[in-house]
Amino acid sequence: MSSEQKENPAGAADTHAVISLRAMEIIIAGLLLAFGLTIAYASYQLGAGWAEDGPRAGYFPFYIGMIISISSVVTLLQALRNRSINADMAFVERGQLKLVCAVLLPALVYVLIIQWFGIYLASAIYMAVFMIWLGHYAWWKAVLLGIAVSASVFVMFEVWFQVPLHKGALYNPLAVFGF
Amino acid sequence: MEEINALFHGFSVAMTPFNLMLMFTGVTLGVVIGVLPGLGGANGIAILLPLTFTMPPTSAIIMLSCIYWGALFGGAITSILFNIPGEPWSVATTFDGYPMAQQGRAGEALTAAFTSSFIGAFVAVVMITFLAPLVAKFALKFGPPEFFSVYFLTFCSFIGMGKGSPWKTLTAMMLGFSLAAVGMDTVTGQLRLTFGFSELMRGFDFLVAVIGLFGIGEILLSMEEGLSFQGSNARIDFKIVVQTWKKLPKYWMTSVRSCLVGCWMGITPGGATPASFMSYGIAKRFSPDGAKFGTGQIEGVIAPETAAHAAGTSALLPMLSLGIPGSPTAAVLLGGLLIWGLQPGPLLFVEKKEFVWGLIASMYLGNLAGLIIVLTCVPLFAAILRIPFSIVAPLIIVICAIGAFTVHNAMLDIWFMMFFGVVGYVFKKLDYPMAPMVLALVLGDRAEDSFRQSMLISQGNLSVFFTNGLVGTIMTLGLIMLFWPLVNKLR
Repeated sequence: MSSEQKENPAGAADTHAVISLRAMEIIIAGLLLAFGLTIAYASYQLGAGWAEDGPRAGYFPFYIGMIISISSVVTLLQALRNRSINADMAFVERGQLKLVCAVLLPALVYVLIIQWFGIYLASAIYMAVFMIWLGHYAWWKAVLLGIAVSASVFVMFEVWFQVPLHKGALYNPLAVFGF
Repeated sequence: MEEINALFHGFSVAMTPFNLMLMFTGVTLGVVIGVLPGLGGANGIAILLPLTFTMPPTSAIIMLSCIYWGALFGGAITSILFNIPGEPWSVATTFDGYPMAQQGRAGEALTAAFTSSFIGAFVAVVMITFLAPLVAKFALKFGPPEFFSVYFLTFCSFIGMGKGSPWKTLTAMMLGFSLAAVGMDTVTGQLRLTFGFSELMRGFDFLVAVIGLFGIGEILLSMEEGLSFQGSNARIDFKIVVQTWKKLPKYWMTSVRSCLVGCWMGITPGGATPASFMSYGIAKRFSPDGAKFGTGQIEGVIAPETAAHAAGTSALLPMLSLGIPGSPTAAVLLGGLLIWGLQPGPLLFVEKKEFVWGLIASMYLGNLAGLIIVLTCVPLFAAILRIPFSIVAPLIIVICAIGAFTVHNAMLDIWFMMFFGVVGYVFKKLDYPMAPMVLALVLGDRAEDSFRQSMLISQGNLSVFFTNGLVGTIMTLGLIMLFWPLVNKLR
């Protein structure tokens, strides 16, 4: 396997647009508008006016929510009216999205494993799987490096700096050693 | 001459063997962080911050600020050798730095970059030494309305000086403010915007946001580009260094201009990145070789590097003297000060003299240490970039996850980090600026407090912000900045 393929496992050649820049612009501005209105509404319920001792807790956030809403509306309108060639450019191409997901999805699984089994086991597995899957390394090299990374993190945090890291909600593999 | 005395006292604080060791460790770590994609000054320091909690504050800030100097130096290495800017502020360095490397003049380009970085930083530190105490002394008279007006000016400057859509800047900034408002209200003790989740009571920590936005987001972006490193080799020997140093004095005018641009952009929250571009543009316009820029002109390396380093360093001036950081990295350092129980702002210069002057002295020493380290160890740092991405990427994500967890020992923070990573990726692609968002997240509570205190003083009358000349002038400047994009459009 050539080195170039090694770095491009999913193939970045597919340039078909998944979503256009303009569409993404509209979606995000819409989401931000909803977010702004939620903030403003929640703050209004909390009390956005004045009490005898000064502005109430929701006073400041209420206006912040309003400003987010207004500026998102402007961005939204600008995106809707924008018909230039730039707007039809891809926000992300299919090949690019594949590469991004190749990092993002395993990372989400990684965080889930951290939650269940603690940082050390999760990190070793994650490093090894990533290296085998995307880097096409021999499995023993990957496993060895995974364990080495976890072990050095363990020595640095638990032993040296005495900062305990997350041990896992379901099962703590290090419980045998008293950590 | 009071400052000189204080500075020498600072040197005696900074020059203990332990602190000197931390300085070299910090710079080395910083260069590594600067070289690696996905790790930069802001999130690198955010990740390492929890490790310094056990150190004395002075040593901790010396190490953390040295990481920052290292990261500033490190960005240039990847720009010149690989045409990949390790940091946003070294994008402009690629324009002439990479062509120089292709012509086999990598050593010359690197020496020029490092030396001008050092000069930029040195000028900025000298300025901090003499200007910061004055600003702090002046700011001692500030009340809540004055402080709010300075916050106001800071945030309006982002809108006035930003390159992209001012509406997006405004949205991003207010997003930061709203995230800062989550949790317990400091004045009334009420819970705000928690929507019934008790985990949200603590609020969003900006360190977690910084790690996600700049760390995970950056990894996703660099993954998208498909990453194939093709770098030139570099060796710097003493002969090249001396030869390059002989050439540099010819470009003194470029250096002076770049220092001025850098210092100005650093104090006002423009930051290192726009400073480097602006300085490159100015150098191109004024240089007799301006037309040849982009083909490997040494001046095209000197200008952005000097300005970026000057801006990066002088961003610490408002952080120290007013408690208002000029850049995301300065904001993270400010977060560190708060965690160590130090209140940044004018009183720091009165109450914690040792700390302030120790830090300022360490800026001189740290940059010198940085120059020595980068000049001698370039091949080593360049080798880091040859580690395949399929090892570096998961490693950086592991480091980010650990960093996010150690902030509050909270598992939920790792999920927040991933969320902020996706947000960072989308925002970067849609041109929503991240610096104002991070700064708003850090300063949100303080800005709100000063606003509410002012409102209490005036019993709800907004005219309190125009009652005296000082606060009125700052507010007016802020308003001009706020409406600048509009004025620009009408012209």
